[in-house]
Amino acid sequence: MAQQAHPQSILNNVISQVVAKFKVIGKAESDRRGFIQVDKSQILQVAEFLKSLGYDHVKSVTGIDYPDTKEFEVVYHISSYSNIDLAKTILALKTRTKYEDPKVPSLYSIWESVWTGERETYEMLGIIFEGHPDLRRLFLPEDFEGVYPLRKSYKLKTEGLFVDKPS
Amino acid sequence: MLTSQAEYPSGMEVEIVPVEGELNVGPQHPGSGHMRIYVKLNGDIIVDAELDPGYVHRAVEKLSEVRNYMHLIPLVERPAILDSIHMNLGYIMAVEKILGVDVPERALYLRTLAAEVNRIASHLYGTGILAIFLGHSTGFMWGFGDREVWVEVLQALTGARVTNSYIIPGGVRRDLTPAIKEMIEKAIAYQRKKVQDWYKIFVRNPNIRDRLENVGVMSRENAIKWGAVGPNLRASGVYYDVRKIEPYAAYDKVDFEIPVYKEGDAYARLLVRFEEIEQSMRILEQVIKNIPEGNILSDRFFKQIPPTRLKKWWEGQRRIVFPGYYASFRPPKGEAVSRVEAARGELLYYVVSDGSPHPYRLRMITPSYRLIQVFQELAKGSRYADLVAIYGSLDYFPPEADR
Repeated sequence: MAQQAHPQSILNNVISQVVAKFKVIGKAESDRRGFIQVDKSQILQVAEFLKSLGYDHVKSVTGIDYPDTKEFEVVYHISSYSNIDLAKTILALKTRTKYEDPKVPSLYSIWESVWTGERETYEMLGIIFEGHPDLRRLFLPEDFEGVYPLRKSYKLKTEGLFVDKPS
Repeated sequence: MLTSQAEYPSGMEVEIVPVEGELNVGPQHPGSGHMRIYVKLNGDIIVDAELDPGYVHRAVEKLSEVRNYMHLIPLVERPAILDSIHMNLGYIMAVEKILGVDVPERALYLRTLAAEVNRIASHLYGTGILAIFLGHSTGFMWGFGDREVWVEVLQALTGARVTNSYIIPGGVRRDLTPAIKEMIEKAIAYQRKKVQDWYKIFVRNPNIRDRLENVGVMSRENAIKWGAVGPNLRASGVYYDVRKIEPYAAYDKVDFEIPVYKEGDAYARLLVRFEEIEQSMRILEQVIKNIPEGNILSDRFFKQIPPTRLKKWWEGQRRIVFPGYYASFRPPKGEAVSRVEAARGELLYYVVSDGSPHPYRLRMITPSYRLIQVFQELAKGSRYADLVAIYGSLDYFPPEADR
């Protein structure tokens, strides 16, 4: 099931170009999936370079909370519509930021398709995407202003089968 | 005050006074599911449109932190109950990737079969909604009437009309029987005949063409820029369908075409959906003809079912009873990204496992979620009366977008 990446695959080629140019960590996990881990100060340049290679849209923006290291991870899954070979690949562009400074640059200036995902990640985790044109709540109601439910510190209260009055 | 004069061929002069204002469309069920569109108007031209989704938010991503992998299947299906096979399939594919399970070929064919039946049902539903938006009640009745045929097929195969929970890690829950095969053949014959009537009364109807042609035009560049998906993307001249780009289930073993139109208007989106119905029926015919014999669940799990239960359920009725493993399995650490072509477009799951019985993070990107931006941008600059035509032609479904 777990196929190794072919050394000559297009994804391997893209990732090794980025790794050589920006001195970042990256790996093709298979011929179709790979990741690049960058520092947030570099993400705009790396994204710009990936766009010039033909990656033309972002499929998803995901924020993940890691309370153990007090960090947020932001993952952009990018791919292509116009280049059919790149379309077969999904590249994860990952970056991390500390709790004290929950800010990362928005990639809206490079890929407009991050609009929904960045806005949702902002409201769910409180990560501020600097440069996003419309960073407001999207799905949640008004009383969630300042409350970030997808942080691990937000605990879900589960009710018992029979809900009794508090004793 | 600004006024302008418009001259009509008859020579009659009409004074147009620009009137600015805002309107709330919804949130009480403007179409299918609750959602509000906040529209700023100048006359009947939409200056700005803002979507306010979230009225049917199910918190799938948060709840996934406290649910076991198996218990999440019914939850991920809920956002799009009429397209639940795809929601189910994409999720299971991501979980299988982490678990490293191989799926038997017969189960792969059955997944394709169920998915295509669901695609036809979903397209008919979407067309029905578009029809009622345009005031074409017959199209609405026909859409939901024809969908019933396919929903019954799904019921015969999976036991449920919608939210089938049919696809499980390593395979599917129930096997195909000769009676269901016959039912599908009848359904295809019926639908082929009915599609001709659809073209006569709806698709080629001059009224419908007037309402849809050159309305909500999305250029190829904009479709790529906004990350559009599915039939909407293909109606804007982009050849992209996950079934061809990254074949899953049995799509690499069947022959079908991807309809692509260059126009990018609402009418092209309708045509793409109608042609996809025919392609889906072609796939169904091939699946019924070529489906290989064999098991429908991976041996790894099949061997764990107790023999007495196998005898009762599998040998008698060709149904899978869940092995105990499913209740709270712990996949290894890792992450997986899966994509499938759901009826409305590309559906993406990103699952991060930390080795516990619940996902550490589940990201579910549905096609309608990605249409939020598209819808908003397309509405700008169009006439207010066309808002519903754009909405319907995109087949935007609020619960699917909210998740």
